[in-house]
Amino acid sequence: MESTLIVSSSPHLHSGADTRGVMLDVIVALIPAGIASVWLFGWRALAVELVCVAACIAAEILSRWVLKRPSSIGDLSCVVTGLLLAYNLPVSIPLWQAALGCVAAIVVAKQMFGGIGQNFVNPALLGRIVLLASFPESMNTWTAPVQLQGVDAVTTATPLAVLASGGDLSAIPLDQLFFGMRGGCLGETCVFALLLGGAYLVIRRVITPIIPLVYIGTVFVMTWLLGANPLYHILSGGLLLGAIFMATDYTTSPINRSGQVVFAIGCGLLTVLIRLYGSLPEGVSFAIVIMNILTPLIERATRPLPFGEKRRWLRRG
Amino acid sequence: MNRYGKEFTKGILRENPVLRLVLGTCPTLAVTTAAVNGLGMGAAATFVLVCSNIVISLLRKVIPDKVRLPAYIVIIAGFTTIVQMLVKAYLPSIDQALGIYLPLIVVNCIILGRAEAFASKNSVGLSTLDGLGMGAGFTASLVVMGSIRELLGNGTLFGWPENGLLPPITIFVLPAGGFFVFGMLIYLANKLSHRLDKDAAKKELGTQVCAACPMASSCHTAGACETGQSNPVTEPDSKEVKENG
Repeated sequence: MESTLIVSSSPHLHSGADTRGVMLDVIVALIPAGIASVWLFGWRALAVELVCVAACIAAEILSRWVLKRPSSIGDLSCVVTGLLLAYNLPVSIPLWQAALGCVAAIVVAKQMFGGIGQNFVNPALLGRIVLLASFPESMNTWTAPVQLQGVDAVTTATPLAVLASGGDLSAIPLDQLFFGMRGGCLGETCVFALLLGGAYLVIRRVITPIIPLVYIGTVFVMTWLLGANPLYHILSGGLLLGAIFMATDYTTSPINRSGQVVFAIGCGLLTVLIRLYGSLPEGVSFAIVIMNILTPLIERATRPLPFGEKRRWLRRG
Repeated sequence: MNRYGKEFTKGILRENPVLRLVLGTCPTLAVTTAAVNGLGMGAAATFVLVCSNIVISLLRKVIPDKVRLPAYIVIIAGFTTIVQMLVKAYLPSIDQALGIYLPLIVVNCIILGRAEAFASKNSVGLSTLDGLGMGAGFTASLVVMGSIRELLGNGTLFGWPENGLLPPITIFVLPAGGFFVFGMLIYLANKLSHRLDKDAAKKELGTQVCAACPMASSCHTAGACETGQSNPVTEPDSKEVKENG
């Protein structure tokens, strides 16, 4: 059947890229942040990550089996989802809650809509939002990195929570934020590790830098225009993790360049609005999920047109 | 089963107003954060439904066709007011929990739907049973949904025990969890009633169709009718036509 689709007879090049290879690259790119999370938050960080990955794999196998669909475990996408979700959780979260978030991510966001490539929002972000709505207490208990505490684990506020409650961050040096020595989710704090991973993805051409750059740029400009300190807003919270690893998800972001720019600007605007004017200190996950849902509309508006055709905004179907 | 039994039982699963007809979703999603709220809402709506079905059925030859909807609404509103006053007087905590959704029973589409589709065309007895069955189905759906959401979202069942059986997963008492549980219950109800339909069809076909079928003696696919896939009765006919043509 597939052979009938080939039209020309020239030798064709195939880059060899497949889902498994792309996902492997993403996993490699996530490793620096994982190492940083263990360095900052101790071995429990690794435990949370392992539980999340294991729960995602189990949920994927089970749901494919229940739905009588061929196994899709080989594409490794569920490992990426598990890692990303773990990076979005605080280190002190009870492990069963983390596993429950993985089940929500894989079963509800991904498999119920048809599996990889069919999910309408980023599964890891949906898992995070389900956990945030379900267990507000354990999702908002932040532990200070081991470098900043004495013998006992110390709970602390995230820099964004300090900002939201009208506090001042100027006491925290920027290089401390750059290497992640602050309260926060496992994988979001160490900016250096995230940039390493992002650079790897761009060099391997897994992602184009359009979405992360425009997203971060929008946040920079907007926070600066609205009178906040743009550097603190970029270096704290989940902005880099979201911009590099989650907003660039193929399934839930626009395909062509102009659409990606619109998508990223939307993410940036929503993030800043939630951070500065919303009741939550952090808005990256909600911003990306809202733009995920708007992606089909963005795609329609930015679809390239055949020569001579005019764009009709209200076309149906 | 006779006609009366059928009119009563259809509302419980096969034509369950919430899960199969997907009517009255607004109170369903809004009040089922706790099982007891679902029970209160279900009981109040059932009372209004049965009473309005009886009255509308009695007046079905009196009400002019052109103004039937306003007339139905007036009758329903009358009974809703009675319920509202009773609940306020005797069950103030339920009244607090149901809030605006109690007076909104007036515009509940299950009640108006049964008035329009059933009570205005059928006798008082049948209409009463229809109202009771539909009310039972509505109440059962609300109690099941409220129990699931309360157990998972708050860890309790009908408010017991006070410390909670399970650690609460708050999203189940939030709207998102409500839609999730609602969707799952619709799936279950569809699955169950399809199975019931299949069984009933099998029974009917097995006893009636083959016995009544003129081709029964020479039929090679005995029982194939039961699946509804092929029709051996018409197959030989079409062959004959082909040969003749």
